[in-house]
Formats: sequence, structure tokens, C-alpha cells
Amino acid sequence: MLLFYLFGAIAVGASLLVVLGRNPMHSVLLLIVSFAALAGLYIGLEAPFAAVVQIIIYAGAIMVLFLFVVMLLNAHREDDAPGARPGLAHGPLRAGAVLALLLVAELGWALTRAGRGEGDLLASGPGADPAALQSVRSLGNVLFTEYSLAFEVTSILIIVAMVGAVVLARRES
Amino acid sequence: MVPLGHYLILSAILFATGTMGVFLRRNVITMLLSIEVMLNAVNLAFIAFGRTHGSVDGQVIMFFVVTVAAAEAAIGLALVIALFRHRESLNPDVFTSLKW
Amino acid sequence: MIPVYVAQLGMVLAVFVMLLLSAAVMVYSERKVAAFIQQRYGPYLVGPRGLLQPIADVIKLMFKEPLRPVAADKAIFILAPILSATAAFAAFAVVPFGGESTFFGLLDEPIKLQVADVNVAVLVVFAITSISVYGIVLAGWSSNSKYSLLGALRSASQMISYELSYGMALASVLVLAGSLSLTDIVNAQQGAWLGFIPRWFVFVQPLGFVIFMIAGVAETNRAPFDFPEAEQELVAGYHTEYSSTAFMMFFLAEYINMVTAAAVAANLFLGGWHGPFLPEYLGWIWFLVKIAAILFFYIWMRWTLPRLRYDQLMQFGWKVLLPLAALNLIVTAAGVIYLGN
Repeated sequence: MLLFYLFGAIAVGASLLVVLGRNPMHSVLLLIVSFAALAGLYIGLEAPFAAVVQIIIYAGAIMVLFLFVVMLLNAHREDDAPGARPGLAHGPLRAGAVLALLLVAELGWALTRAGRGEGDLLASGPGADPAALQSVRSLGNVLFTEYSLAFEVTSILIIVAMVGAVVLARRES
Repeated sequence: MVPLGHYLILSAILFATGTMGVFLRRNVITMLLSIEVMLNAVNLAFIAFGRTHGSVDGQVIMFFVVTVAAAEAAIGLALVIALFRHRESLNPDVFTSLKW
Repeated sequence: MIPVYVAQLGMVLAVFVMLLLSAAVMVYSERKVAAFIQQRYGPYLVGPRGLLQPIADVIKLMFKEPLRPVAADKAIFILAPILSATAAFAAFAVVPFGGESTFFGLLDEPIKLQVADVNVAVLVVFAITSISVYGIVLAGWSSNSKYSLLGALRSASQMISYELSYGMALASVLVLAGSLSLTDIVNAQQGAWLGFIPRWFVFVQPLGFVIFMIAGVAETNRAPFDFPEAEQELVAGYHTEYSSTAFMMFFLAEYINMVTAAAVAANLFLGGWHGPFLPEYLGWIWFLVKIAAILFFYIWMRWTLPRLRYDQLMQFGWKVLLPLAALNLIVTAAGVIYLGN
């Protein structure tokens, strides 16, 4: 329980700093911290494979891509265009942000109202540690049988993304 | 054990943070990072639900979300690079050629 | 008599000290072996046969003046070596180096010779090595110097590219062993065929072993893949602007990464701590022998082979190593399905 609050606080704090930070380089690093905290939460949710995959792919590859782009574009010294307050948006978009906060408040209210939110997380499923060992095997099973179409389509998606990224970022010469 | 509701509220807070980031920040890279925050919030919700119902489907969907996020980040960043080459700025308000 | 958690704490401490000592031993043996290959004496002044040379190096490095370029991003400049060193140590936390042992009855029940027995141990090592890319990239960036940045970006691209072949060679072993836990993989290599050929995976997977070793050398930025820290081309690459303790951190991180890569290779392909003639609880001696052999091979490669140019390096990684690794995985998987061993 303590670990949940710890990792949750780190995740929320890091995400807030990502969103509000001035320097995109620092934002990227804080997002990596947030990912690590989320991986900790996944381990608490008995999904160790998901946690490790999160670190390998998200924190280990995607964020390196972001870092490369930030370094390439020298974005850490980028001044935003003159606005009411540099870095923050004007009127209508602020309203959108307020709506997001309303979403959280509503969700919290709904969960406490209906009483569903206080259900025990150990409701069903296999036991503690054997489940983790079995889960990788069963995960692979489910992934390649029920979700095999999605799997193949995802591989096509990745190829398309690779080709697209190379074409889009190419210098016109 | 930690009740499901806690995880959902944490996920909602993260999602709202990401959404605020996309709306409020005027720097394309920070907006892309906020989108990643939102996707992570959704991942957390999926895995929490998967654990509640004792099935691995939550994790499977999380993998697909991660994969799609990777593809989208790659394309998004390539677009950012192409845009930057054009106008030397990372502020989305600068790219107004399509406005009426 | 001694409660288990005290023993586990002791295990953490023991592993930490062992890693530091192994880095010191590596420094010394690298210079001695290099000298042997180049037909000269190595260090021989400090201590008997130069054995205290690493201590002299550490003392020298600690007394140097810590420098920091003025325009460097201070937080990231300090973070980068810390991240490198931490990731290097953390990767060894899930590597087992012996079977269960009770230390001659001191403990109530046997504990494994491992800091943490995670059942996705292989992936944890992989994850932490992908985090160690950051130490290098951030070091290069925060030094605010052309040489550092170039070295850092090249090194990061190289590490990410070779991670793919690393992962696929790893996956071939997983297919054979059927489990992600390093302890299970090592235990699957017990016994021997025909009584004297040990049942190591290197005999079943020779190509996989070669791919893993090459990828491991590229991952740890060692020659012939050490272009990012090439002394002749880039001054010193990503750690150009660092001195004193921070430089020592990078130095340490590199050697400990090598030790971890060798340890993982020994566990995956060479049977870990199993070996003839010794009882089970002395298996760590065999483990040390195997790691020493692999590390000797690393040092030998560094001082014998010429350095690859960066584009040759990347071409080799993507056009040769990756297809071979994929082929290896397919053949292994087919073999397991049809032969059922």
C-alpha cells in the first residue's frame, strides 16, 4: 500500500513537471522517471512482464528517440512565440484544460458514490507468485491465438511507421 | 491490497495531466510528451482492470498500446523535424498557412 | 541462526564489494594482458608485480581537480555518471552466481547466491542495459561540446542497434530453456551428454553464442566497436569533459557492464555454475572461471582487432548480425517444435 502511494506520487509529480516544465530536455527525463514509477506500479499489480516491457520499449527506446530529436533541434533553448504568457495557451484551450480537471473530479465522485471502487483487487484469478510465472506463458498464448490478427496488423503498422519516419525526416536534396 | 478505485483515480489524474499538457503547452515536443503521459495513464487502467478480472487481456492490450505509441512517436517526431526545418520554430501557433 | 533478511542484506553487500573488486581486477588484467600481447611489461612498479596498480589509479583519479564546463547543464552533468554507474551495478542484481547454499549451516534455510530472484530476470538485465544508454547520451549532451555530443549520439545509436541482435540471441536461449528466470536457464544446462560433454547451450546454439558475444562487445562499447570513445578520433568521446570522480564512475560503469555481460553470457550459454569435480555449493568457482575466460576473450579482442569505422559498425549490426540472429531464432524455434527436446 505504501509502495502504491510512493510510486503514484512519483508518477503524478513527474508528469506534472513534464507538462509544466520549461526545458524540453528536463521534461523528457522527468517522463522517464514517471515511466519507471509506473513500471513499479505494474509490478505491484503482478504484471512483471508488462513492467519490464514498459522499461525496455517506452523508457529505453521511445524516450531515446525523443532525446535525439530534442538534441538535434536544440530545443532546450527554444523560445515559444510571443503569447499572453510564453508557454501557455490562450482562452479556449484553457477551457479544455479545466474540463480535464472536471473529468478527474467526476470520476472520483462516481467511484465513491457507487461503492464499486472499494472492491478488493484480489477478487479473482490465480494465486500470487505462480501467477506471475504462468502469466508470461499465458500471455504469449493469448497474444498469438486470440489476438493474432492484431499482432500481425501491428507489425505492418511498425513497418509503415519506419518507412514514414525515414521519408518524412529526409532532407530534400 | 490496494482497491481498484485507487488505481483508476491515479490513472484519471495522469490522464488529466496529459490532457492539460496537450491543451496548454505551446511547444510541439512537450505536446507529444503529454500524449505519451495520456497513453501511460490508459495503460495503467488496462492493467489494473486486467488484474481485477484475473485475465491477461489487460496486459495484451497494454502491449498493443505501447507498440502503437512507439509508431506514433516515431512519425510525430519525424513530422516535428520536417516542420522545424521549414520554419525554425517549435511553436504550433507559428504554422498557420492552412488557416482561412 | 542468522535470519534470512540479514543474509540477504549481506548478499547485497557482498555482490557490491565483489563488483568493485572485479572492476579493479579488470583494470589490472587489461593492462597486463595488453602488455603481454604487445610484448612488453605491464605495470610492475606499484606493489608486487604491479598488483596494486588499480589502487594507484583510483587514488590518482580521486585527487584530480573536478572540472565542469561553464555552459554545461549542471543537473544533467552530475546525473549522467551517477546514472551510468547505478545502471551498471543494478544489472548484476538479478544475475545468479551459484546454486543454493547455507554457508555451512549458518543459515536456517538455503538462500540463492543472487541478490533477487526475479522470474523475468533475463528481461530485467535487458531493460537495465537499455537504461545505461542514457548515462552516455546525457553525458555527451550536458558537456556542451561537439566531440562529446557526437560520441554520445554515435554510442547511443550503436547500443540501440545491437540491442536487437542481443535480444534475439537471448530469445533463442529462452526458446530452448522455456523460462525467463536465469536460475531456471542455468539449471536446464545440468548434466552431460555421453557422460563428458556438458549440456551447455553453447553446443546447441553456437551461432547464438557468437551473436551474443559480438552484440555484448558492441553493447559495452568495447573494441572493435569502441568508436564512440576512440582516442584518436574524438578525443575521448562522451567523457571528454569529465575528470576526477565522475570519470572514475564512467570507467567503473564500463568495466562492470563488461562483467555483467560476461556473467549473463556464462549463465545463458556456458552453464553458469555447473561444472565437474566440484560440489554444488562451490559452483561459484566455476562461474568465476567462466567469466574470467570470457573477459580474457574481450581483452584479447580489444588489443588484437582494429577498430571498425562507424558506418561499417552500423552496417554490420543491421545487415549482417540482425538477419543472422533472426535466422537463428527461427531455426531454434523450429527445432524445438519438431524435435521436442
